[in-house]
Amino acid sequence: MSRHTLSVLVENKPGVLARVAALFSRRGFNIDSLAVGPTEHHDISRMTIVVNVEALPLEQVTKQLNKLVNVLKIVELDNAQSVQRELMLIKVRTDSESRSHVLELVNLFRARCVDVAPDAVTIEVTGTTDKLAAFVKVLEPYGIKELVQSGMVAVGRGARSITDRSLRALDRIA
Amino acid sequence: MTEQMTGAQALVRALEHVGVDTVFGIPGGAVLPAYDPLYDSVKVRHVLVRHEQGAGHAAEGYAQATGKVGVCMATSGPGATNLVTPIADAYMDSVPIVAITGQVPTPLIGTDAFQEADISGITMPITKHNFLVTEAADIPRTIAEAFHIASTGRPGPVLVDIAKDALQDMMEFSWPPVMQLPGYRPVTRPHSKQIREAAKLMIEAKRPVLYVGGGVHKAHASAELIELAELTGIPVVTTLMARGTFPDSHPQHMGMPGMHGSVAAVGALQRSDLLIALGTRFDDRVTGQLSSFAPNAKVIHADIDPAEISKNRHADVPIVGDCREVIGDLVTIMRNEHDEGRKGDYSEWWQLLNGYKQTYPLGYESYTDGSLAPQYVMERLSAIVGPDAFYVAGVGQHQMWAAQFIGYENPGSFINSGGAGTMGFAVPAAMGAKMGRPDATVWAVDGDGCFQMTNQELATCAIEGVPVKIAVINNGNLGMVRQWQTLFYDERYSNTDLQRVKRIPDFVKLAEAYGCVGLRCERPEDVDATIRKAMEINDVPVVVDFVVHQDAMVWPMVAAGTSNDDIKYARDMAPKWENEE
Repeated sequence: MSRHTLSVLVENKPGVLARVAALFSRRGFNIDSLAVGPTEHHDISRMTIVVNVEALPLEQVTKQLNKLVNVLKIVELDNAQSVQRELMLIKVRTDSESRSHVLELVNLFRARCVDVAPDAVTIEVTGTTDKLAAFVKVLEPYGIKELVQSGMVAVGRGARSITDRSLRALDRIA
Repeated sequence: MTEQMTGAQALVRALEHVGVDTVFGIPGGAVLPAYDPLYDSVKVRHVLVRHEQGAGHAAEGYAQATGKVGVCMATSGPGATNLVTPIADAYMDSVPIVAITGQVPTPLIGTDAFQEADISGITMPITKHNFLVTEAADIPRTIAEAFHIASTGRPGPVLVDIAKDALQDMMEFSWPPVMQLPGYRPVTRPHSKQIREAAKLMIEAKRPVLYVGGGVHKAHASAELIELAELTGIPVVTTLMARGTFPDSHPQHMGMPGMHGSVAAVGALQRSDLLIALGTRFDDRVTGQLSSFAPNAKVIHADIDPAEISKNRHADVPIVGDCREVIGDLVTIMRNEHDEGRKGDYSEWWQLLNGYKQTYPLGYESYTDGSLAPQYVMERLSAIVGPDAFYVAGVGQHQMWAAQFIGYENPGSFINSGGAGTMGFAVPAAMGAKMGRPDATVWAVDGDGCFQMTNQELATCAIEGVPVKIAVINNGNLGMVRQWQTLFYDERYSNTDLQRVKRIPDFVKLAEAYGCVGLRCERPEDVDATIRKAMEINDVPVVVDFVVHQDAMVWPMVAAGTSNDDIKYARDMAPKWENEE
């Protein structure tokens, strides 16, 4: 199995996420991560979907996704040719003694402390899947009270934009 | 020019504008506003069916007989969920239908209101697309989009769920609306490079086969197919969904492939070195065990749906496009190739295939006790009624016999439930076909099990003046299931016996109760006279109870999950293939 990152431009309409999710479950495709949000154009949303499949089923995934009427465009982002980020918020048990150790790790990982309580700190960190996993590992000994993570978002390197053509298609309608 | 009207009036006006002349449906609370202006429409005839499933299958039959979009209508909740089966059926067989359902008023959506069901959610995986409309102003555009999506590209069902308040509110109507489908762009023009690749393989091949599916008829490409086949001399197999797309009487026709295909058709695919797959999807009922399907064949696969290509079997030459354009381009390029002296030589191949055809023709068992063989009924129907009629089958043994023993010469003349295998399809679909083509003779060929699932539509047929003819192949059993029990479950007939001896119901009396003519035929010598009598009655529907032998089985057969090479043409009788190499 291998991981592939798909950027999917969809019409910003109700139910589109359900259609995409239903398609994955019906066809038996596995989603590792999914993130949805607005784009620079208010009529378009962008999903970043990380799927764990062989090459041949991946072709099926993209073809089936393309058949959804609300899907405008699908681009597979090459890991080396794209910037990929996940966001994580972690609540770590700290006391006066351990807090400085934890803050040192926060600095090392270029993370940020976003909330402090007498017996815990909450840390915000972004990065690749690997970086976040490494960060969690070093924090584990202190006691992780709570952890929440976003899906991955990704964008291709360089000046090219994948939204240009889809925007033109939308403009033709308007 | 715009005009003030209610959403419901706009709905009816939009249906008129897209060319709808027939709607099958049943009213109910949430959809009631739509039924009021429908009452006044002179262009749209609403046919009141007896069950929403009947409305859906009737829309499918109508669509397949006319090539237009079929339309069915139902209310919210159970009305809509009763459409689920025909919608799933239309999805599997790529039948263009639009289902319009009423929904509870917008403020009540999500509150578990009376007769509320999330029908757009429920039908998401079985529609090509669906809509939930909550604004009256969106109704005309949505109807235009629904019909466009249903009928273009790979056809399929589209559901439009309209909230009751959207039907009641006032809006400004104008036509035509501007469609907003930026993500919907079906590819119809094949790539010329792929066409050249295909031509090259067709000339090099020694054992090519044209493997023709339902997409060829949907693309209205039967004439082009005949031209291509005759030009190249390549043998043709027609799948269940393609029966009639290439004439059965044509010498290049090998028959139907698949689980109950002819030995010649199955043998041709298995021994082929090149499959030219046109508008077909390598369904498991055709391929048998996929890993041993046509093991030595390269594959040219043309389909309008890119997702079908290389889904089940890798395509060496993938061609995305409308089959009419693809086949037309292939004809042109092959003609040029021939002009330049490049032509495939398939003479040895034909020797082998003609041998299969002669040695293993379709056959069946006759009975010495005077009882009726179902296959004989099909043969006589075919001979007496002829190829210009529509034949509409349900699902099971009778469907396979209808596919095997009726001769189809015209594209689209066999209508049945292929992919979904929906028992109960035949009666309502035949009704829809007859309403779409009142000039044509329409025979439903149904089983006694199937018939009892949807025969209430006989009332609709009788009242609306739809004189269909229905041959009930009555073996008193769920015959295909019984056949599997005979072969694979040690003849333990668990829950397949419909207790024919008790004659409950009596199909002749049932027909009469529904205002139809009921006939019964139990002996081979009465078959012709009974069919002729049925053909003479053209003012009311006719139901013929053909009481047939309960042990008749469908042969040939490839057992589910096994290789096509292990086909049996009768019980424990395997064909002798050529000695390979």
